[in-house]
Amino acid sequence: MMRQKRRVRVMVAKPGLDGHDRGARIIARAYRDAGFEVVYTGLHQTPEEIVEAAIQEDVDMIGLSSLAGAHKYLFPAVVEFLKERGADDIVVCGGGIIPDDDIDKLKEAGVKEVFTPGTPLEEIVNWVENNVKPRQD
Amino acid sequence: MSHIVEKVVAGDVRTVARLIRDIDDGMPEVREVLKGLYPHTGRAYVIGITGAPGVGKSTLVDQMVAHLRKRDKTVGVLAVDPTSPFSGGAILGDRVRMQRHSMDQGVFIRSLATRGHFGGLTQSTRSAIDVLDAMGKDFILVETVGVGQDEVDVVRSAHTTVIVVIPGMGDDIQAIKAGILEVGDIFLINKADREGADKTLSDLRLMIDMDQKKYDRGSWKPPILKVQAVFDKGITEFLEEIDRHAEYLATTAGGLQTRGTRDKVSQELGEMIKARLIEEVIDRLTESGDFDRAVESIVKGKTDPYTACENLVFPILSSSP
Amino acid sequence: MALTFNPKIFDDIEKGKKKWQKELEKVFAARPERLRRFATVSDREIKRIYTPAHLKDQDFMESLGFPGDYPFTRGVQPSMYRGRLWTMRMFAGLGTASDTNERFHLLVNQGQTGLSTAFDMPTLMGYDTDSPKARGECGKCGVAIDTLKDMEDLFAGLPIDRITTSMTINPPASVIWAMYIAMAEKRGIHRKVLGGTIQNDMLKEFIAQKTFMCPPIPSVRIIVDTVEFGTREVPRWNTISISGYHIREAGSTSVQELAFTLADGIAYTEKAIERGLDVDDFAPRFSFFFNSHLDFFEEVAKFRAARRMWARIMKERFKAKDPRSWWLRFHTQTAGCSLTAQQPYNNVVRTALQALAAVMGGTQSLHTNSLDEVLAIPTEEAATIALRTQQIIAEESGVTNTIDPLGGSYFVEALTDRMEEEAFEIIQKIDDMGGMLSAIEKNYPQQEIADSAYHYQRQIDENQRTVVGVNKYVVDEEIPVEVLEIDEELERLQIEKTNRVKTERDNSRVEECLERVGECCSGDENVMQSLIDAVKADATLQEVCDVFRKVYGEYRDPGIY
Repeated sequence: MMRQKRRVRVMVAKPGLDGHDRGARIIARAYRDAGFEVVYTGLHQTPEEIVEAAIQEDVDMIGLSSLAGAHKYLFPAVVEFLKERGADDIVVCGGGIIPDDDIDKLKEAGVKEVFTPGTPLEEIVNWVENNVKPRQD
Repeated sequence: MSHIVEKVVAGDVRTVARLIRDIDDGMPEVREVLKGLYPHTGRAYVIGITGAPGVGKSTLVDQMVAHLRKRDKTVGVLAVDPTSPFSGGAILGDRVRMQRHSMDQGVFIRSLATRGHFGGLTQSTRSAIDVLDAMGKDFILVETVGVGQDEVDVVRSAHTTVIVVIPGMGDDIQAIKAGILEVGDIFLINKADREGADKTLSDLRLMIDMDQKKYDRGSWKPPILKVQAVFDKGITEFLEEIDRHAEYLATTAGGLQTRGTRDKVSQELGEMIKARLIEEVIDRLTESGDFDRAVESIVKGKTDPYTACENLVFPILSSSP
Repeated sequence: MALTFNPKIFDDIEKGKKKWQKELEKVFAARPERLRRFATVSDREIKRIYTPAHLKDQDFMESLGFPGDYPFTRGVQPSMYRGRLWTMRMFAGLGTASDTNERFHLLVNQGQTGLSTAFDMPTLMGYDTDSPKARGECGKCGVAIDTLKDMEDLFAGLPIDRITTSMTINPPASVIWAMYIAMAEKRGIHRKVLGGTIQNDMLKEFIAQKTFMCPPIPSVRIIVDTVEFGTREVPRWNTISISGYHIREAGSTSVQELAFTLADGIAYTEKAIERGLDVDDFAPRFSFFFNSHLDFFEEVAKFRAARRMWARIMKERFKAKDPRSWWLRFHTQTAGCSLTAQQPYNNVVRTALQALAAVMGGTQSLHTNSLDEVLAIPTEEAATIALRTQQIIAEESGVTNTIDPLGGSYFVEALTDRMEEEAFEIIQKIDDMGGMLSAIEKNYPQQEIADSAYHYQRQIDENQRTVVGVNKYVVDEEIPVEVLEIDEELERLQIEKTNRVKTERDNSRVEECLERVGECCSGDENVMQSLIDAVKADATLQEVCDVFRKVYGEYRDPGIY
């Protein structure tokens, strides 16, 4: 048992039915290249499935991606279910085709940050590095 | 510590998940927890699954979980994926194929990265198996890409070790022979609808039979099965072979307990001592600054690494901790 | 057989080029070239200049010829836009069937000549609005269709015997098509006169767009059922729209888009022939759907290469005899993935350039994206600008005055040849793997696309590639764009509507019909008529799709990253 530097563990998840996973796949690679351990859930996940997986994997953050307009239900639902399971220390952020007005509402609902198309990978990775710390307790 | 043990034994998912990460990260505090969990271990049946990338291990594990759940058995899964040597990060993608079980309270799935452990993968995976065992899972499935010695050791410590190949691997089967052939209890030819499945089967049969003479594995003759995990074909028969192997272990090979045989216990203890020694020694040397000073001397040409090593290690061995 | 260029000129060209290069070296010694490397959007390196020397082996009549003649490099019809413009087909769909119906009437009144339907995610995946998997998705990216009643409302008052309808739907395409036929028949319109397209291309779903239901082999079987049924019963219908669009959107290069799309076409053709159909009976009803991305010349070359390749594939590989089987007719949509949320009005310009490339490439129909597509479902105003863009190209720009205006450009011809060659290499690779179905099983196209997508994004991030407003010419202020909101109440209303249908129908008749569907699926009988009967009995979309799922199993994402 050799003490290791604690790494950020993140989950990249695709809630809902839309299959546009280009962004999710690219961001998963970028996280790996930044030195994170990335658990990828694959497509077509319900919020409940994502939350359960995130708990079993002990991730520090869940990154959600949605491009077909269902974020208004799906993202807050993930936050809600995390609360219900007593795991609201897990940071939730999201990305995809999301109008400005919705971004404010999502943030009010507990989504920590929302990235829209065209955000450079580096900016997203930096945000994670600054805002998500590997669990210390 | 004891409350963590209680929670694990009660099957608390969050506690288990956190503990496995602490083990993986080498937090010294977990040793006490593992001591406390030990009396609760030894119940689970552990199956190791290994094979080259792309042979369909995760899909196979997914189907095994489904079948075991139909038998009302609870299942823990540890899926090990390689860490990127460039960034130290990893994409743990095995879970994708098993995600349909995520809402099932009888299933716990955990992805692990190989990281750069000094042989620590075996150690930490074994401890993670103990945790899932103490948590009450009936079956624990450990999936690794069988490339490094470490990963072979991981699956070797299972009750039943399964080696997965696909037709048309040709030379790869030769490669298997060198490394992991002797540890296989059951061989699976997945994607058996592909061309060359029969040839692969006869090649494997030949190699295993030759190998059997060399290693004298007793009376267990590793079966070779054709399956198509994607189509859920051959999985029932495969699980029956696992039952048969379990039965064989229980009746002829010294009982089912992982720690039941002297061999296994001594092997495990040996490895644990090795890992602990390295850790303690390096910790002390880095804390005292001796390690850095020795490096400095070698770089400046004042001494050679052999002498430096002796100078560092001998005093520690002769002193008591 | 005669070469386009007299070989005698090549010596002079070589001399002239050497002289020019010497001059060039002097210029660049004083001031270096603007970029270290000049490359297309797909990262294909482009030379400083192209000359007839790049087309040494070209035989004008053999590789270009005239529009309407094999190999159709210059267009499938002899007259092209001198006779008739392309169909301006704008994709629309939002909220309930009645909402979309209203939008359809508006588009038809504005001069649009063909309808194109977008469905919401649950419909696209074969779920009803009340499914737990459908929560929050109703009407979000298209119209929700649960029952025949929805289909009737969608096309109410529209002259479906005169206009053609394109429906972008894949896993449940057979069921939605059955609803369309049933709706028409209830209005007294015979299926023989119905014209339109269902996308019905599952291979690209496994490769790129990822809406799937059943595994690849049964999915293709159902598609072949629709091809067979269409050939016999609905002869004016395009039963598959073989699509590269989504492959490109998922991040492929232009050559990958070309190669994977044609390889999909090859796979469908093989399967239909295996069924016992004559290639000339069904191939004329295959249509294609491509992306038009930002690299103007590369896109024009892609469209021209696609036509020539498909003609050669059909004639040489499948021995098709009917010239209509050799035609690659295609719809184009501008690249949604090229639009930016930053400075969204720039998207109008991007779309215009892409639309121009599609027109120069000889497309049969075109959808131009709205400037706000990257933010949400387009508003009416944004959709109108997008349609106007096409009308300006068609009627103001003058590019439609002559056929294949870029034909004969050394650069475009060289690029067309290059792309054909490289795409055929990829198709060969897929053939060696045992065809597209095996390649998909080996995750070959999925992995290739994932690699290209990551490479492209990295180049943008490292400023090796400019995206205006994103990594260059960035401004701080937010430009407010009006965004269309979808009423959250809609989901409840739609569920109520479907429940009403369920209470009013004859349930034992529904069960009987669904059983029939199951029998066809597990046996060899063509499934289409049983689907039409089932939806006429008011079986819901999901009830029918659940039969598919039960018989064939569900396909799950293999998660290639």
